[in-house]
Amino acid sequence: MNLNGKKVTLHDMSLRDGMHAKRHQISLDEMVSISTAMDEAGMPLIEVTHGDGLGGRSLNYGFPAHSDEEYLRAVVPKMKNARISALLLPGIGTVDHLKMAKDCGVSTIRVATHCTEADVSEQHIGMAAKMEMDTVGFLMMAHMVSPEKILEQAKLMVSYGANCIYATDSAGYMLPDDVTAHIGLLRTELPSNVEIGFHGHHNLGMGIANSLAAIEAGASRIDGSVAGLGAGAGNTPLEVFCAVLERMGVETGVDLYKIMDVAEDLVVPMMDQPIRVDRNALTLGYAGVYSSFLLFAERAEKKYGISARDILVELGRRGTVGGQEDMIEDLALTMAKEKGLI
Amino acid sequence: MNKKLKAVIIGPGNIGTDMLMKMQRSEWIEPVWMVGIDPESEGLKRAAEMGIKTCSTGVDGVLEHIIADDVRVAFDATSAYVHAENSRKLNELGVIMVDLTPAAVGPFCVPPVNLTDHARNLEMNVNMVTCGGQATIPMIAAVSRVQPVAYGEIVATVSSRSVGPGTRQNIDEFTRTTAGAVEKVGGAKEGKAIIIINPAEPPLMMRDTIHCLTEGEPDQTAITESIHAMVKEVQKYVPGYTLINGPIFDGNKVSCYMQVEGLGDFLPKYAGNLDIMTAAALRTAEMFAEEAADGTITLPARG
Repeated sequence: MNLNGKKVTLHDMSLRDGMHAKRHQISLDEMVSISTAMDEAGMPLIEVTHGDGLGGRSLNYGFPAHSDEEYLRAVVPKMKNARISALLLPGIGTVDHLKMAKDCGVSTIRVATHCTEADVSEQHIGMAAKMEMDTVGFLMMAHMVSPEKILEQAKLMVSYGANCIYATDSAGYMLPDDVTAHIGLLRTELPSNVEIGFHGHHNLGMGIANSLAAIEAGASRIDGSVAGLGAGAGNTPLEVFCAVLERMGVETGVDLYKIMDVAEDLVVPMMDQPIRVDRNALTLGYAGVYSSFLLFAERAEKKYGISARDILVELGRRGTVGGQEDMIEDLALTMAKEKGLI
Repeated sequence: MNKKLKAVIIGPGNIGTDMLMKMQRSEWIEPVWMVGIDPESEGLKRAAEMGIKTCSTGVDGVLEHIIADDVRVAFDATSAYVHAENSRKLNELGVIMVDLTPAAVGPFCVPPVNLTDHARNLEMNVNMVTCGGQATIPMIAAVSRVQPVAYGEIVATVSSRSVGPGTRQNIDEFTRTTAGAVEKVGGAKEGKAIIIINPAEPPLMMRDTIHCLTEGEPDQTAITESIHAMVKEVQKYVPGYTLINGPIFDGNKVSCYMQVEGLGDFLPKYAGNLDIMTAAALRTAEMFAEEAADGTITLPARG
């Protein structure tokens, strides 16, 4: 693979996707110190919100330690060069949250829908574009549909005003050839002024390989997280990816040693549990299940005595999509009843 | 004298047609007119085949028949944009409006929670909130009638096929309206609503999760009893309304997991989210008819 001379924009997820792994309890001090250190290391884009995006504060997903607004108002003014992005899932957050984020100084809005439901994003993408924000359409669980379907949905988002489209491997299920097919078709068919991005999860250990395949197929934005702090087995670990890209001659603008230090000195010590491809995270990738279900399934296992792996496999079989965290306790209860445990 | 109230349905789409089928079984409401804006529409043809009068020139076209045909109740299944005008014109003629659009001109109506009050006050326009609201607010109210609810949250999961373009273009309206009604009708001090659209095939049945945070320790016995009683109330008009799991108590949190299977009249059974709207709307009109028949309320006078 020859990527020599290509340029990519890296986008850190440790303070948003990482919120899943931290049960949305990252402190304001941690947010500020990590984002400041990443800014210092040259990370161009950093995402900050509840793990489920703006308005994600809920019993269903978890009450965060602080509101989105508190996090954003703490982090944004501290940035020298990095820009801050916010995620928004229509059906969870609204344009009111979007306006709040803009008011806090967020530059990039990423409007996320399930990969077949892009038409729920029209009002949010339209509003972000109208406010002249960097507006990204984020198609989740991309492994569930064909590249042609992703393209059809991407075109809707572009028609609403998105200037960048992501194929998002929310379950960490995709293999490099899948990424090549999805990203390749988007790059060939969408206008050249629309950027293409890829967001991976490391549940099958494919974070780095998939992200390289994405760059080769035409993606210019790649998500990852420092030390991999993210849902499931985490996102593509950015310090590792930076080292690989440096060896391959890809320009990122990120200082390798500095980002290695952020990972080792700040992010790893903050982890509640090691972020790795353990049995349950592997099951997410193998069964094609939304990565943030991991800790919910593990809690249900403790509470009802049903194995998290069995719960996750069944959720995959049922075709659950992002946001259906409430299915986990419901299913665990039903399985426990069937087994006569309750 | 015939106790049935005569009705007009505005909007001959899937919702309007489903409502017509339900209404033809009603002991209290008699469908008389179906109103649309396209003479070639499938919905108007279906309505004509089902034996009711049709009008293809919108609400204006049916106004002259309202008094002559003694139409007393209207169901608006069009859009929030035209609802206010439809309602004004029909209210002037003494027609009670049941609003299935998100317009929310009148007060929210969730039948087992506050319909009796609306009927007794002879509210001339009542709004049916949202599908997620109809499916979940009874359960919030079932908790809040036992003890104060500091926070109520609902998650509605619906099949992709059952979500029309209107809802998709303005999904914020669903989350805002439902959250508002969780507070106003459900009785929660703070409300939150989430909607998830799932494209699985075959389509999944509507599912709803309801979480409440009670003030103080929840009275488990009283809340459980209240929830089971409320489920029975909703089952009177939506037999497929089922408590799958719960109530589960965890500290101050009370959780219920519901499934809503539709009757499968015109809409498929999985579209319990649409069925509960049409069934609740019909139940609303029936209550007005019952109250009028037993003299509790007096409908607007007509010469």
